[in-house]
Amino acid sequence: MMNNSGSVLLITMLLIASLIFTACANKPAEPAAPAAGDNTEEGDIVIGGILPMTGAIATFGQSSKKGVDLLVEQVNAKGGVLGRKVVFKVEDNKSTQADSATAAQKLIQQDKVVAIVGAVASSNSLAAAPIAQEAKIPMVSGSSTNPAVTEVGDYIFRAAFIDPFQGAVMANFATKDLKAVKAAIMTDANSDYSIGLGNVFKDVFTANGGTIVSEVSFVSGDTDFNTILTTVKNAKPDVVFVPSYYDTVGLILNQAKNNVGFPAEVKFLGGDGWDSPALFELAGDAANGHYFSNHYSPDVDSPEVKAFIDAYKAKYNEVPDALAALAYDAANMILTSIEKAGTTDAPALRDAIAAVELNAVTGKIKLNEKRDPVKSAVVIVVEDQKQKYFTTVNP
Amino acid sequence: MAEFLQQLINGISLGSVYALVALGYTMVYGIVRLINFAHGDVYMVGAFAGYFAIKTFKLPFFAALVAAMAVCAILGVIMERIAYKPLRNAPRVAALMTAVGLSMFYQNFTIYRIGAQPKAFPKIAQVNWQFAGVTVSNSQVLILGTAIALMIILHFVVQHTKMGKAMRAVSQDRDAAMLMGINVDNTISFTFAIGSALAAAGGVLVGQYYGVVQPLMGALPGLKAFVAAVLGGIGIIPGAMIGGLILGVAEAGVSAVGFSTYRDAVAFGILILILIVKPAGILGKNVREKV
Amino acid sequence: MRAMDKNRLIVAAGAVALGIILQLLIWNGTLNAYYAQVLTMMSIFVIMATSLNLINGITGQFSLGHAGFAAVGGYFSAIITTRLQLPLPAPMIFTISLLVGGLIAALAGFLIGLPTLRLKGDYLAIATLGFGEIIRVLFLNWKYVGAAAGMWGIPGYTNFIWAYMLAVLTVIFIVHFMNSSHGRACISIREDEIAAETMGINTTKYKVMAFTFGAFFAGVGGAVLGHLIRLLHPATFSMTFSVEILLMVVLGGLGSITGSISAAILLTFVSEALRKFNELRMVIYALMLIGIMLFRPQGLFGRKEFSLDLLTDSRFMFKSSKNRGA
Repeated sequence: MMNNSGSVLLITMLLIASLIFTACANKPAEPAAPAAGDNTEEGDIVIGGILPMTGAIATFGQSSKKGVDLLVEQVNAKGGVLGRKVVFKVEDNKSTQADSATAAQKLIQQDKVVAIVGAVASSNSLAAAPIAQEAKIPMVSGSSTNPAVTEVGDYIFRAAFIDPFQGAVMANFATKDLKAVKAAIMTDANSDYSIGLGNVFKDVFTANGGTIVSEVSFVSGDTDFNTILTTVKNAKPDVVFVPSYYDTVGLILNQAKNNVGFPAEVKFLGGDGWDSPALFELAGDAANGHYFSNHYSPDVDSPEVKAFIDAYKAKYNEVPDALAALAYDAANMILTSIEKAGTTDAPALRDAIAAVELNAVTGKIKLNEKRDPVKSAVVIVVEDQKQKYFTTVNP
Repeated sequence: MAEFLQQLINGISLGSVYALVALGYTMVYGIVRLINFAHGDVYMVGAFAGYFAIKTFKLPFFAALVAAMAVCAILGVIMERIAYKPLRNAPRVAALMTAVGLSMFYQNFTIYRIGAQPKAFPKIAQVNWQFAGVTVSNSQVLILGTAIALMIILHFVVQHTKMGKAMRAVSQDRDAAMLMGINVDNTISFTFAIGSALAAAGGVLVGQYYGVVQPLMGALPGLKAFVAAVLGGIGIIPGAMIGGLILGVAEAGVSAVGFSTYRDAVAFGILILILIVKPAGILGKNVREKV
Repeated sequence: MRAMDKNRLIVAAGAVALGIILQLLIWNGTLNAYYAQVLTMMSIFVIMATSLNLINGITGQFSLGHAGFAAVGGYFSAIITTRLQLPLPAPMIFTISLLVGGLIAALAGFLIGLPTLRLKGDYLAIATLGFGEIIRVLFLNWKYVGAAAGMWGIPGYTNFIWAYMLAVLTVIFIVHFMNSSHGRACISIREDEIAAETMGINTTKYKVMAFTFGAFFAGVGGAVLGHLIRLLHPATFSMTFSVEILLMVVLGGLGSITGSISAAILLTFVSEALRKFNELRMVIYALMLIGIMLFRPQGLFGRKEFSLDLLTDSRFMFKSSKNRGA
């Protein structure tokens, strides 16, 4: 027995020694493989995608993939980029952080992609971004709204609004246009997007002199909102801010009107997560009279928007949601920049994306020094279960 | 007061959803001692079957309900024969893992075939009754009524029919039951058929109530229903009902007093407390272990 | 005893050598960063699976709360490395953070184990699952660690050799524990709790001990994971994660350490290999899982261990049969 534990002790000490030794020795040998991204100037241009094709937010991943697939098809029909065919390679991340990191490594090391579209959720993008940054592969997220994502480094970009902007848009809209003084906030406790927007709304709304009378939360996957809606209703707010995605918002609006009996003068407000035809299917006429901020409005005469919606309808036989449009734009930022830079070399491509000016589906995209787009938001009112342009808010 | 009553009603209707799913859970557990993790997903399949019955085959609501129950009853039997029967004498954890695998399969196959997008389930015309400042809708009454009715029917079937007697015998001692001439295979299949049909009924009713069906809709209610079943005493039919209602009302109460973010934690906290005080659940009998 | 000792030393030395070789291959670029990432994930899952095996397989207590312990370890170690400005070299800070994360997770395991271990079988499973969820909800609401937005900016201290060596250490500890008198006591609880009690074994003590040790390594695993993906989010530690680890333990064979190791490596590999199938990925994974369980319900290794003895035995057999043929 003595002998046994003695040997184990020995091994343990040996291991700890080797651990510390290797960890120290590791430091100078760190520089990431620069082999990645050295695309030959021949052959296909490979763009990677880190998207949740399975798991909790698979529905957003599927929309995003459809958006990028559409763009790639259109671009290739016109002869590709730099005369080369574009290939879009999607890696599933199971809607998880760990898988996003591994997916990033795979795309960069194995598939030698020149740039990455993704991920959807900010927390997933934050796991992939450091890897893209170290390998110096540009990464453009369509829909990650947390400001921290692009703060990871100069190779990380986004196509969406950041939380502080969009939350402020709706808070100011509530105070100025709707003359609201009492607001309630309903957030999805599992979603960083929802919490982020909710916090900004709260800060701006109270700074505008309003009060938050009720704050409740739910979790993604919930279907029963009667309880929290009853709580909110009894707090008697003027407006209810629900920064969540259409799949839950549809149910919330439906139950608010039909089960809990919210008075029609209480307006529900939301962000770009509301933008999907599914909202009207799920909410029915309960969606009427409420407002949300978005990147574009279908009834604004923009050739880009019209062309996108028509092409999307023709290909998939459905109306696109915000995620499809944002992913389309994110991929478009990359492809346009490759064309402009005339190369897929990482530093040149990075500079081209940083300087990109694009009349995109989701508005005029021009990035600021933090690599976040500066674009105006439109406020949309729902009438007759259709989106109607209400007003434009400039940054 | 009105708010309290309204929240109580909200809690009861949420609880009856859990109870509906928990009934099937508890039945299957009672007879094969298997936590059928795929039960919540059978509920989802049932909801989709109802959805397509109404949308594609234009069936009226109640016909769609029956159709969905039939589809899931068959699915339940097939599932049992293929995936669980070969493992009847294997370590129990193997069957449990197979159930997890089946759950993953149902969810992801539905995502693959139908897509992850939520689908709007056609609602029946809604009627709201108001009294004393409290609103109750016909859907809520329908769900609670169905849950109670099914519980009574099940209780009757288990206690007073020949098949029920066979089920109880199998649950007590499978080998002895076999020796007494009971067809154990058929009894277990029958249990799965009923349990799955119940899940389908739950799925269609809930789909109708909330107006939505989607591939992951079974995951959370499935877990909650399992908690409800354990709370009431797993394997005991009225226990599922009681557990479901307690869980629903507790969740509503937690949200009503402003701790909605801690709702799930409280639900599990109650479960753990009850289990520590009464390890076999509220209606469960503590069976002394014999050496 | 001598021969066994010697064999174990050889295996341990071999394992260390293999780790060093792999790390050298990673450094010189033969194995790129993607392979390094996958190998690191495998090592982390080996830590998680073998430590769960200590609770589920060796002591026979059905726990579904492993993700909760990993969360505790991950978050507290990340607090050490990000929130405190310790004036120490990075490997020292990381070592301290791993220890602290593991110890706090062990404390959580102890506190949870004490009341819940009165429960048996499925009731214990659901209670531990509940605790795991409660822990997750607490982190989801804790603003200091980022709440629902998650905690980012964690230094990427984890590299392959760290994760690998920690996995080796975990395995050595657990194998040693299994063969100690404490371990034998735990096994006796698995085999027959009442008999064990009659023999004078303090079953509660050993159950809590297994729980505490298991939670410690789960915490270390969570800490390593957090410093690999440089981000912690409550969603990472959902029930799915616990189930995934349980899958590895069951697939490898309850009570078989080598089984857990093989299953952790195999499942990580399969999940990686299937990634390109997108929506079909999890469908295939699920079908494979059902298939394996149907054909090998006792797990790949049952309760047996794959050992050098086995290897030498078979070689011997091979030789002798050849001799017989000649």
